[in-house]
Amino acid sequence: MQHEAESPHIVGYATFIKVWIALVLLTGLLVGLSITHRPNLALLGLLVITPTKASLVFFYFMHLKYESAALKYMVAVAIAVLIIFIGLTFSDYLFR
Amino acid sequence: MSAPAEPLAAEPAGEHVGEHRDYAGAKLGMWLFVFTELILFGGLFVAYGMYRSMHAHDFHKASGELNLVLGVINTVVLLTSSLTMVLSIVAIRLQRKVQSMFFLACTMLLGAVFLVNKFFEWRAKFHHGIFPGSDHLMARPPGERLFFGLYFGMTGLHGLHVTIGVVVMSVMLAFLARDKIRHNDFIKLENTGLYWHLVDVIWIFLLPLFYLAA
Amino acid sequence: MSISASPVAEAPANEPSFYARKGIASWLLTTDHKRIGILYLGSMMTFFLVGMTFGVFMRLEQLTMGPTIMKPTTYNALFTLHGVMMIFLFVIPGLSAVFGNFLLPIMIGAKDVAFPRLNLLSWYLFISGAAVSLSSLFTGRGPPDTGWSFYVPYSLRTGTNVTMAVFGVFLIGFSSIITGLNFITTMHRLRTKGMNWMRVPLFPWALYATAWVQVLATPILGITLLLVVLERVFHLGIFDPSIGGDPILYQHLFWTYSHPAVYIMILPAMGAISEIIPTFAHRTIFGYKAIVLSSMGIAAIGSLVWAHHMFTSGMSEVAIVVFSLLTFLVAIPSAIKVFNWVATLYKGSVELRSPMLFALAFIFLFSIGGLTGLFQGALAINVHIHDTYFIVGHFHYVMFGGTGFAFFAALHYWYPKMFGRMYSERTAIVAFVLIFIGFNLLYFTFLVLGLQGMPRRYYDHLPRFHTGHIWATIGSWIMVAGLLLMVINLVRGLFRKTTIPANPWGGVTLEWTVSSPPPTENFDVLPVISEPAYTFNPVAKEPA
Repeated sequence: MQHEAESPHIVGYATFIKVWIALVLLTGLLVGLSITHRPNLALLGLLVITPTKASLVFFYFMHLKYESAALKYMVAVAIAVLIIFIGLTFSDYLFR
Repeated sequence: MSAPAEPLAAEPAGEHVGEHRDYAGAKLGMWLFVFTELILFGGLFVAYGMYRSMHAHDFHKASGELNLVLGVINTVVLLTSSLTMVLSIVAIRLQRKVQSMFFLACTMLLGAVFLVNKFFEWRAKFHHGIFPGSDHLMARPPGERLFFGLYFGMTGLHGLHVTIGVVVMSVMLAFLARDKIRHNDFIKLENTGLYWHLVDVIWIFLLPLFYLAA
Repeated sequence: MSISASPVAEAPANEPSFYARKGIASWLLTTDHKRIGILYLGSMMTFFLVGMTFGVFMRLEQLTMGPTIMKPTTYNALFTLHGVMMIFLFVIPGLSAVFGNFLLPIMIGAKDVAFPRLNLLSWYLFISGAAVSLSSLFTGRGPPDTGWSFYVPYSLRTGTNVTMAVFGVFLIGFSSIITGLNFITTMHRLRTKGMNWMRVPLFPWALYATAWVQVLATPILGITLLLVVLERVFHLGIFDPSIGGDPILYQHLFWTYSHPAVYIMILPAMGAISEIIPTFAHRTIFGYKAIVLSSMGIAAIGSLVWAHHMFTSGMSEVAIVVFSLLTFLVAIPSAIKVFNWVATLYKGSVELRSPMLFALAFIFLFSIGGLTGLFQGALAINVHIHDTYFIVGHFHYVMFGGTGFAFFAALHYWYPKMFGRMYSERTAIVAFVLIFIGFNLLYFTFLVLGLQGMPRRYYDHLPRFHTGHIWATIGSWIMVAGLLLMVINLVRGLFRKTTIPANPWGGVTLEWTVSSPPPTENFDVLPVISEPAYTFNPVAKEPA
């Protein structure tokens, strides 16, 4: 009953195929960076490309782009909590 | 966007308790479950992060022993399965039932391929005497033991999630066949999709952490 | 709260109550949130009484020096099982699973929770988790002797059946996650017309904050306990120092959940108190918004303070200072709540019925619990009192004096609503007085013993602690007498044939507009809300 009202977007096949191509290309780039044996580049790959890939999946495949603001905030909170957990634990390990 | 008052009256009067159908509610519930899964793996990522910061050298060395080619192939397999999953949802919304079933079956097949690859990868490690608690592993430096402990723990838990996903999808396939999932009632399929994409996201992180740490 | 166009308040009696359907199957397969609440209540009170019995035996053992009634290994098993049962089977799920399930939908004007079948599943997970945990008593090499926190490496090495206990707790955690997920969705989707966020009563608000902690923190416990099981079965090596693991990482992960769990326990308790105080002060709650915000604040900051359990474990000093600071911050929202409750009482016409007595005792005992917590947040004092009876006293003040008393307050407050019956008020007050006196004699003595240096979890004690132990044991007898009297009174009340009006206390939240006990569907016509919560109109109270 509320389908039309709440998820108006039927995104076509083409968008998703484009996203998939982007994901595969990014994977290639990530692997390419890591086998150059330049630690800085590999780290850049880990810290930038991987989250980019994850956000592509979140926003398009998981439809987050078309969801309400409330849901987007919740996702942000969940990820923030995870990052804070990791950060606070590092406050121990980095200074031991 | 619906008007703010709309979702509040989600339950039509007279309908029996427990049989109301609330599309946005069901999706919210699934998202919350996705959060718990993220945090569940998050605990393991914390462990990985701490140990890698303590044993950076050992981690680099041990990572070199993993089969990078197989890891990348599995990544592409899983990414493709995510694509077919989402296409299956688009198809059912466009009322193309057979197409939707085809895409879902593809997703299951790719999930199975992933597991088979994983099986061979693990078997090769076992043949080299690398498994938790093995004498061979215990003879190596602590960082490498931890690396493989985390490797088996995290990919194992992930593999378990893939297996559960394939089982759930087989149920969804039956629902599709019996028209229990339709173009105007596809929340079960969509929630299965959310779960499957989450499994994909976790693999996206596992790839650089394990296979590309060398 | 005035409810416009609601025929419910006038004609509740002709609807059959939710108890109408009979038979075991109608209970075991129910998806009615009220019945699930009752199922939780029954199972939880059972676990509480068993856990209490373990506690009594421990106190008896400490009555004399040397062996009194048991062997040291039995004592170790007892304090472990006492902790596991009380924490995981009583206080953590306590208020949210029992009263949350029963009341959350009614208080926000809904007919059920968002996922009724998941709700039943969560009860079954809870029961099977309890069964698996307790089966460790009879399987393998006996019950675990690690303490409820299952610290590695001992929990990896001990021959006792830690695996079963830990796996049971894992299942219980899963049940808690499902409850949380259900409540969040219910709050977002099923509030009735006009019930906007700032009109939601404070108990549902507290449950909502709790639910977020349940959803976002419990998985950490899940993965930690799973790793302990994997270590014991497959020697994975993540925590085992002999393989290279770091036991302190276990403590981090364990407390990342288990400290927020303290707030899972206390937040719904605070919510219940925020309902009881205005009802018996006959006055609008003071600072509604402040209480709401402090609930969310406690949930947020409370999730960031876990490592204050680990100041002496060998963490880095930077981390110690960071966590000490965060620990002090969490006192602020807690204190805001206490001030608001006290301000609500000011110039109210306070009526000292049994729920109110428990609620006032909550404020007093929780304040002691909270302030002794601040002692421990201070780094220098922490070293002195770490792992002593001071800690045991402190968390019993918070967990039992806080959550436990709030649970009993809520039980006495909503008892007529849940059962449509009434207990004896006089017996309830006698029981309360006994519990309150016994409690303070027992646990205040613990605080003193701790400062004198008595270590926790010791089977025996030195002569200089002997007097304190005798006083504490006497206190435990008084408290247990009171608790048993309370339980007997509540059970006897079930058999007293009385009819209870919809609103025996003069409460103003929605649950008091439906009959006691409520009909199966809660509301014939969903109410429409037009005023903030806790609007006390000068109406005459129905005679009880």
